[in-house]
Amino acid sequence: MWLAVLVGATGCYLCKLAGLSVPQRVLDDPRTQRIAALLPIALLAALAATQTFITGQRLVLDPRAAALGVAAAAVLLRAPFLLVVGVAAATAALLRLLA
Amino acid sequence: MLRDALAVGAATGAYGLSFGAIATATGLSVPQTATLSAVMFTGASQFALVGVLGAGGAPLAAAATATLLGSRNALYGLRLSALLRVRGPGRLLAAHLVIDESCAMAVARTDRRSARLAFWATGWSVFALWNLATLLGALGAQTLRDPRVFGLDAAAPAAFLALLAPRLRGREAGAVAAAAGVLGLAITPAVPAGVPILAVAAGTVLVGLLGSSRRRSPS
Repeated sequence: MWLAVLVGATGCYLCKLAGLSVPQRVLDDPRTQRIAALLPIALLAALAATQTFITGQRLVLDPRAAALGVAAAAVLLRAPFLLVVGVAAATAALLRLLA
Repeated sequence: MLRDALAVGAATGAYGLSFGAIATATGLSVPQTATLSAVMFTGASQFALVGVLGAGGAPLAAAATATLLGSRNALYGLRLSALLRVRGPGRLLAAHLVIDESCAMAVARTDRRSARLAFWATGWSVFALWNLATLLGALGAQTLRDPRVFGLDAAAPAAFLALLAPRLRGREAGAVAAAAGVLGLAITPAVPAGVPILAVAAGTVLVGLLGSSRRRSPS
């Protein structure tokens, strides 16, 4: 775990420093801009999907799916971040309690 | 402006609370969780690192995913370097504070002096409250015996969704998000944990390289 924490933190810091340090034209390339814009979208979507429907290496449908649906509704209603996360956790907790 | 900086700091403190809780519920220790917020200090990457580790991914796969998500900060730095004009040790310190919030607050200013002030004030305000909130969330969740009873395993995907939503502008963004989600799920049974997210990243880079001649990137 510490390895992940320290290597990841170093990588993230170097990204930040690179932006302030490298010559303008390197990062001004339209392909670089495009990839940097798309990467967070793709990674966050993939993380949301796998964290909801995967247990171990298997596809499963459990209370997390309902929780994500409720979270999506909260996002559409422009709920603040903590509320989105809170209603998702509460939905999963409630469904497990009822099961 | 200082009030704005504090307000943004308080708002991100709420993210910090959920990050601290999710990280310790996933199995990170309180010192590891606190170190992430102090040293990595970029929210989406921290959530991603914890998510990959929680799914059983290798430490380096988790670190790579976090770094890939952090790559957008390089573009923020690019926009900020002309505004901040920092050199030497000042630049090393400024780099640490290059995040979504400090960049957004700085580039919204019209003159360089207030942009600089907005960057530093927002950066420090978010740093202080993000770390404080992380610690509170981590200590709070640590006392729970089974985080699943409280639905904390469902909190992480909701956090990713909430981080994703403001970026989903335009048809291309939606298509990329949908494709990434499906691809991640489709390859999960076939490869070790942590690899699906990296495969999605590789696919995105490919799409970015190939598609750039066809379509113009927004903004």
